[in-house]
Amino acid sequence: MIHLAQKALLNNPYLPQQCRIVAATPQTDDTMLFKVRLEDDALAEAFDHKPGQFVQVSVMGTGECPISIASSPTRHGTVDLCIRKAGRVTDAFHSLGQNALFGMRGPYGNGYPVEVMEGNNLIIIAGGIGMAPLRSLLHYAMDHRKRFNEVILMYGARDKEDLLFKGELLSLMDRADIKTFLAVENDVDGSWEGEKGFVTDLFGKFHINPDETYAAICGPPVMYKFVIDKLLEKGFSKGRILMSLERKMKCGIGKCVHCSVGFKYTCIDGPIFTYWDVINMKEII
Amino acid sequence: MKIVKLPSGKLLEFLSHLGSFGEVHAPQKKGKKSFSFLPVSDLSKVVLSGDDYTRTILPLKKYFHKPVDTLLKFSPEKGFEDAFEDEGKKILFGVHSCDINAILSLDRVFSGKYVDTYYFRRRKEVAIIGMSCIPDDLCYCHSMGTSFVEEGFDLFLSDVGDGYLVKVGSSLGDDMVSSAEELFSSCSEEDIAEYKKRINEFPGLFKTKVDEADLPAILDMEYKSEIWEEMGNKCFNCGICSMVCPTCFCFDVNDEVCLDGETGERKRCWDSCLFKSHAMVAGGHNFRAERADRFKHRFLHKHQAFMGDFGRPSCVGCGRCTQDCPADIHFVGMIKKIKGDISCIHGEDIEK
Repeated sequence: MIHLAQKALLNNPYLPQQCRIVAATPQTDDTMLFKVRLEDDALAEAFDHKPGQFVQVSVMGTGECPISIASSPTRHGTVDLCIRKAGRVTDAFHSLGQNALFGMRGPYGNGYPVEVMEGNNLIIIAGGIGMAPLRSLLHYAMDHRKRFNEVILMYGARDKEDLLFKGELLSLMDRADIKTFLAVENDVDGSWEGEKGFVTDLFGKFHINPDETYAAICGPPVMYKFVIDKLLEKGFSKGRILMSLERKMKCGIGKCVHCSVGFKYTCIDGPIFTYWDVINMKEII
Repeated sequence: MKIVKLPSGKLLEFLSHLGSFGEVHAPQKKGKKSFSFLPVSDLSKVVLSGDDYTRTILPLKKYFHKPVDTLLKFSPEKGFEDAFEDEGKKILFGVHSCDINAILSLDRVFSGKYVDTYYFRRRKEVAIIGMSCIPDDLCYCHSMGTSFVEEGFDLFLSDVGDGYLVKVGSSLGDDMVSSAEELFSSCSEEDIAEYKKRINEFPGLFKTKVDEADLPAILDMEYKSEIWEEMGNKCFNCGICSMVCPTCFCFDVNDEVCLDGETGERKRCWDSCLFKSHAMVAGGHNFRAERADRFKHRFLHKHQAFMGDFGRPSCVGCGRCTQDCPADIHFVGMIKKIKGDISCIHGEDIEK
């Protein structure tokens, strides 16, 4: 039998901590940005994560689901969770209201390999709700701006109403040290001043050395294919293309098997995989 | 390793003596031809050898990773609290080597970076007394390298005709032997000769044989094979193979709310990757929507993914899945089919 220290047996990984919704800001008609803080001050201050990691969110009586962290560890004390109403738990979370308590455990997952990415250029490519986990990486790069060379954000959505963090990202367009491209596919009333079309159309806007660049992608499954084709065409090596994957999860700690893809678990081996990992894993997208 | 001898006539006496170390559980007859590990209240009901006892209906995971396990209780006032209940010490008597190896496999799964505290808090309260066995038509543990054990037992009893050679595998096992010292004797040269004879004859007793060599690579090559579609059509996706499998460990987690609408419990229960909902995410997208996808996933997780994670397949060759499959799928036949290995012998060659 594997001998375990008593301490390991007392530390229950399934036990969520009480957490409070500090602020809620609507993003789209079904998506809210929640700022949350662990109730226990010591735990709240000690909470640390890597961009790209996620937490398991509990609504008492409804259940648990994985939510990616939308804030950077450089902005301490609170955690941002951008949640779309998509199922039982997220629906219930939306109806909790300001100042409500819920359960949270984590952070889980590998996160972006920021220590490897630093010293390179960074391209963040997001589609729709995929901006949520990438916002943690974007803020991280902004707060450690000197650790990265060029930083480029490409973000596309169907309509301008579907863009998350709109005010925040629009204001980025004024910054000289970050190239920001926001694209919408449909502009019904002609009021959109940013780019029009697909996120892949934005690749013509800049030149970058693929050997000194990491590309981080998150978006709907259909987007990955087109974006990856573009990146490969530009000469990116498969190991420099980072993808964030989504799967059903129950435990978040590599035990329940719901998130398995091939011989990896999205929760502990991911959710960030390189494209090289992905082509070696079956049934991934 | 300390090895002593227990004469056959003293076996039940030793078993009854173990009550002072915890609640003794041993295989007992359940249906006409089925057996189950149950608490021993009547020694005459214990079936340790013969009587066609090769495998119990459910494997021993039921003791550590319970079919339904209450993880947490919750209330608006107290938030979430650990709901683990200590059930005291248990002794599992008469465990076969395939099942011991299966527990070792689960130990690896439930430890690692995140320790499953529910599993291990129960695991450390349970002593395991193993016992040698005679394979039936469905057993193929010898092919899987699980027909013997080097660890994972407190005591292991090997039949040598007029008694058992008892391997002492832990200090608790030694305490058990020492406390009933009068029942044991040292083993003679004849006992050792008989033990060796049986060990050497053992591989010849297996009617089902399979060679897993290079199977992970072949599974990659055959990822798009028509066999999966064919098996997907045959498989009912009932999940019984997962429930009776000693190394399947998937679980689902759900909250159950009390009638007050506020307090309740978070429970986990056994799940199967053959169930349609297993990889379905919010919004309805299913990453393994087809029956063939799910059948393949289960097979690949056992025979390929575990090779990557732990260096050996998770299958221990106990034969439960094949015995209980209502669609008559022979899982060794499945390996033979995918490998195209004619040296592999399975259920369609011998009467199921």
